[in-house]
Amino acid sequence: MAGSVPGQFRFRYRCPRGSIPDPPPLRFPPPQRKVARKPAPRDHRRPVRRRPRLRAAGQWRRAAAGPGPRPFRPCHVTATRQAGRSPAMLSQIFILSSKGDRLIHKDFRGETCGTSTDLADTFYRRITSLPGDQAPVFMAHEGWHFVHVRHAGLYFVATTTPDASPFTLVEFLNRLVTLLRDFCGPLSEKNVSLNFALIYELLDEMLDYGYIQTTAPEVLRNFMHTEPVATKPFSLLDLGSIGLFGAETQQSRVAPSSAASRPVLPPRGEQGTRNEVFVDVVERLTVVIAANGTPMKVDVQGEIRLKCYLPSCVEMRIGLTEEFCVGKSELRGYGTAVRVDECAFHSSVKLDEFESGRILKVTPSQGEYQLADDIPSPLPFRLFPTVDQDPTGRLRLYLKLRCDLPPKSQALNVRLQLPVPKGVSSLAQELSSPEQTAELQPSTKSIRWDIPRCQGGSQLSALFKLEVPGLSRASLLELGPANLAFELPAHTCSGLHIRFVRLPGPAGPPQRWVRYLTHSDSYVLRF
Amino acid sequence: MPYLGGEEALRELRRALANPHVQADRLRYRAAVLRVIRMPGIQEYLQQPLLSGLRDKASYVRRAAVLGCAKMLKLQGDCEVDGALVNELYSLLRDRDPIVVVNCLRALEEILKKEGGVVINKPIAHHLLNRMADLDQWGKSEVLTFLLRYRPRSEEELFDILNLLDGYLKSSSPSVVMAATKLFLVLAREYPHVQADVLVRVKGPLLSACTSESRELCFTALCHVRQILGSLPGHFSSHYKKFFCSYSEPHYIKCQKMEVLCELVNDENVQQVLEELKGYCTDVSVELAQGAIFAIGNIARTYTEQCVGLLTELLGLQQEHITSAVVQAFRDLVWLCPQCTDAVCRALPGCEDAIQDSEGKQALIWLLGAHGEKVPNAPYVLEDFVENVKSEMFPAVKMELLTALVRLFLSRPAECQDMLGRLLHYCIEEEMDMAVRDRGLFYYRLLQSGVEVVKRVLCSPKSDPSLGLLEDQTERPVNTWASEFNTLAPVYGRERWALITAHQPEPSYACSPCTDSRNRDTESLISEGNKEVLKVHPDTGSLTLIPDVYLTAEQFEKSWLSLDMSCHLSLPWCGTVHPDTIQTALHVVHIQTIAMSKAGVQPWKAYLSAQDDTGCLFLTELLLEAADPEMQVSVKQSEAKPEALRAFISVLRTVMGAAAGLGS
Repeated sequence: MAGSVPGQFRFRYRCPRGSIPDPPPLRFPPPQRKVARKPAPRDHRRPVRRRPRLRAAGQWRRAAAGPGPRPFRPCHVTATRQAGRSPAMLSQIFILSSKGDRLIHKDFRGETCGTSTDLADTFYRRITSLPGDQAPVFMAHEGWHFVHVRHAGLYFVATTTPDASPFTLVEFLNRLVTLLRDFCGPLSEKNVSLNFALIYELLDEMLDYGYIQTTAPEVLRNFMHTEPVATKPFSLLDLGSIGLFGAETQQSRVAPSSAASRPVLPPRGEQGTRNEVFVDVVERLTVVIAANGTPMKVDVQGEIRLKCYLPSCVEMRIGLTEEFCVGKSELRGYGTAVRVDECAFHSSVKLDEFESGRILKVTPSQGEYQLADDIPSPLPFRLFPTVDQDPTGRLRLYLKLRCDLPPKSQALNVRLQLPVPKGVSSLAQELSSPEQTAELQPSTKSIRWDIPRCQGGSQLSALFKLEVPGLSRASLLELGPANLAFELPAHTCSGLHIRFVRLPGPAGPPQRWVRYLTHSDSYVLRF
Repeated sequence: MPYLGGEEALRELRRALANPHVQADRLRYRAAVLRVIRMPGIQEYLQQPLLSGLRDKASYVRRAAVLGCAKMLKLQGDCEVDGALVNELYSLLRDRDPIVVVNCLRALEEILKKEGGVVINKPIAHHLLNRMADLDQWGKSEVLTFLLRYRPRSEEELFDILNLLDGYLKSSSPSVVMAATKLFLVLAREYPHVQADVLVRVKGPLLSACTSESRELCFTALCHVRQILGSLPGHFSSHYKKFFCSYSEPHYIKCQKMEVLCELVNDENVQQVLEELKGYCTDVSVELAQGAIFAIGNIARTYTEQCVGLLTELLGLQQEHITSAVVQAFRDLVWLCPQCTDAVCRALPGCEDAIQDSEGKQALIWLLGAHGEKVPNAPYVLEDFVENVKSEMFPAVKMELLTALVRLFLSRPAECQDMLGRLLHYCIEEEMDMAVRDRGLFYYRLLQSGVEVVKRVLCSPKSDPSLGLLEDQTERPVNTWASEFNTLAPVYGRERWALITAHQPEPSYACSPCTDSRNRDTESLISEGNKEVLKVHPDTGSLTLIPDVYLTAEQFEKSWLSLDMSCHLSLPWCGTVHPDTIQTALHVVHIQTIAMSKAGVQPWKAYLSAQDDTGCLFLTELLLEAADPEMQVSVKQSEAKPEALRAFISVLRTVMGAAAGLGS
């Protein structure tokens, strides 16, 4: 099974300025005895060392386990009464399309055979009877509990018991989605139904009798026999739009690159032909800017993802920006350091060179890390609105949008959404260039201003004239706040950069791709 | 037979299972165990392969075989659990493969379900603690859940365990962090300072889950944040900005975030939070806008002045749904915080034109009726409603209008007399809805009996500031929810959770429906003013009475005679309560009535019995002598447990109080 090593690999960092100060380390001294706050490792292990008593082979057998009547164990009963009873258990898993078609349906425990109701149908009926997007993640139905996550228009649903851990369930479903994406390419209704055999195989290995067995892709991959079916053959023509694999930006405009649509499981007989590593740095911006221009909330969350198609399992070294500071107190380099509040690494990442040289050593596998971030550079966009009323009673709205990126960078797919008074009846517009468009959306009572591309340092303006019958001072309150959605390719707001990606080994240097993208999660500009 | 064809295939499979070569091929073995296991008649062939699978060299086979045992025993159903198999599984807990260890725990849990699941004794607990490092995140969170059953024998051991598990509070997987947090909270139930420390530590991971890219994870984390805020109101106050809504978030997350914002507001951040909430009030989505207004209304209970100003400003928008929500918020606020009445009354004129929905109209009419003397044009506004009463759609609005007008008539008779007459005439003569007509007749007759009587009936207090304090019983101790942490209970919220568990037939979940239904039902029975009863509730938490325990009269008599009196007390009692009422009330809390005299018999007697979850019996005699204002209660207990006895008596007191309240 010495094939290529798959795995998508993530590295997240998050937290804004003014975020959580490091809490003091926990202190658990027994009240009477003073114990050092962090006992030495040996001390930690004390329960272990008491083990000699267990060595006798039969020690763990409960006295009552033999044949014959078992005596009543009082401590047993009280313990179960307080504790959560059964462990995380998924009775069924199903994947439904947005129209409610059952793409995948797997029953692990056969517990619902007797009941007449069909849980998948019930779930779909419940979820669609809720208005709009207020679908609660958890729903109860006759003793069953549904948990679902939504990705690419598909519902990934599990049924479970009430004392299961919700965090585990949601995390597992999210992991399932990532794995399916890794094994079958980008998720879509068509892709899931084409790859159903592979997905059933995966589910068989991931879960047994409803219990999670493993989700590590390098383990799972050994048991997969079905080959993935690609929905679209890989074509060079698609390379025109550079995007990210799997990055779900707000507008989903980023076209998937070849890496996105390619499953990590290579077709048989093709091993070794590809020798590539993709490193993506993706950042999400959550910003609120007050009316006077001061940023009220700036939150950047980033993620480093790694996807590799390598013939063998080697340790990879990834160098990050040297001026990379974690926490408030640490200082590195001069001037413009990348300051991060919090970072978390996947367990397969070795950090022994992280302190000295900011180098991550990774044995490629599925993973995630999280860090946190603070922005030294200015925010990418500022908005300067002017509102007045012209003599004919129309509302005049003059918007000036300034892009504060460095001149070489640019923002793509910028979309400004501005709520306007509800009584609005018509809109007249003057935009600064012909490629921009603007329209009034009657359903949400807002103006949508689309700018396909915006060069760094440039300034765009737009004049909107609104006909609002019965305009009052109060209805001006309904104006704003504006929300901006955009993508910044080849730019990170935090300034984090990958210095190098090094692979040892004689196989010759593989193709290494490093890409950066920032997209707006929510960029709100107050009026 | 879902997986296989006919007899032929079955015979083939049996042969294959017995074949050592097939057993050696782990994949095929696994597939066979997975599929065949649901077929009837195959179990006898399966036992041997399974047992040999438990001792297989390949860990993959052992994993499948361990869970296979659980499947097999489930299929066999009621038959006796094989002691040898259980021992085998217990010894497999020392397996090298971490997944086998976790699977063993799961399998034992299922096999021993009737006895309460797998037993975690000291050696097992310590062994599991040592193996934690080898497990993957799913295994870790599961083992942490199993460890909840273990009670450390000494303080020293407890803190050793906490030290050992400390690292998992910082894990990158939220499920491990939450499982570890729960374990810490439960283990340290006697050390509040440790619990507080843990909650400080878990703040970071929870907040980063709250801002996670996955909406679902974000939602789950927010629910748990609310749970923590219930006990530690100031816990997340400095991070309030994390809970500001983003533009693109779905509605259910925004609602959760607004609830969180309401709960963490304090002197320092109130200005910013209100500013933020104000922004949501003009949102396109009606539900969200109204939710934000109600949130401001909630905050107004503490920061009245600022919020009333803000809400008044919103009235200027003249939007139907906003005005309606603001008026409803005002109504609730005036009831709880009477000091803001004047400001509210000044803001009211002018909003009657913008309100269309039933709830908003009711709120406005109530306000005008109760505080009409402070609103100059109140009679004229109500007159408009009276004029249009024929086209009014909602009966509730008409009823509210009747009450409000009669009330206003008391304070401003000259302006109201005429239209009150018209309204009463309409309600009695033309109204089709019986409830409205009856209400009209009731007021008509009340008015006939004179103004003094009307005043006595209608001029109840116009506000109840104490209710606000009772309603948000903040700072529930951590221990009340520690066992529910990281289950679905906080995700559904307390009320919905109670509703869901109440529908479930099995009485086995973490929060036992028995205690639950008791609380709920008695709460509905208790009249509002009975605060003493409310106080009793937390104390009764330790006692769980088992439903459906039936003693025969003979058994009762025998036990009654053999036991000594544990407690004797007398309850105040006023006259006539029907025995059936008492019996129903007692049944609600799972106290069985053995025998009871007929109504009106002197002396009146009743014998009751109840059993709690530890098997302790409570036998009770109620005795009502003729013309005695107090009921004599004697309780006998099968085991001497003063704690349980006290809890039982408080339950009894509550029920009898409620029944008496109903009867009189």
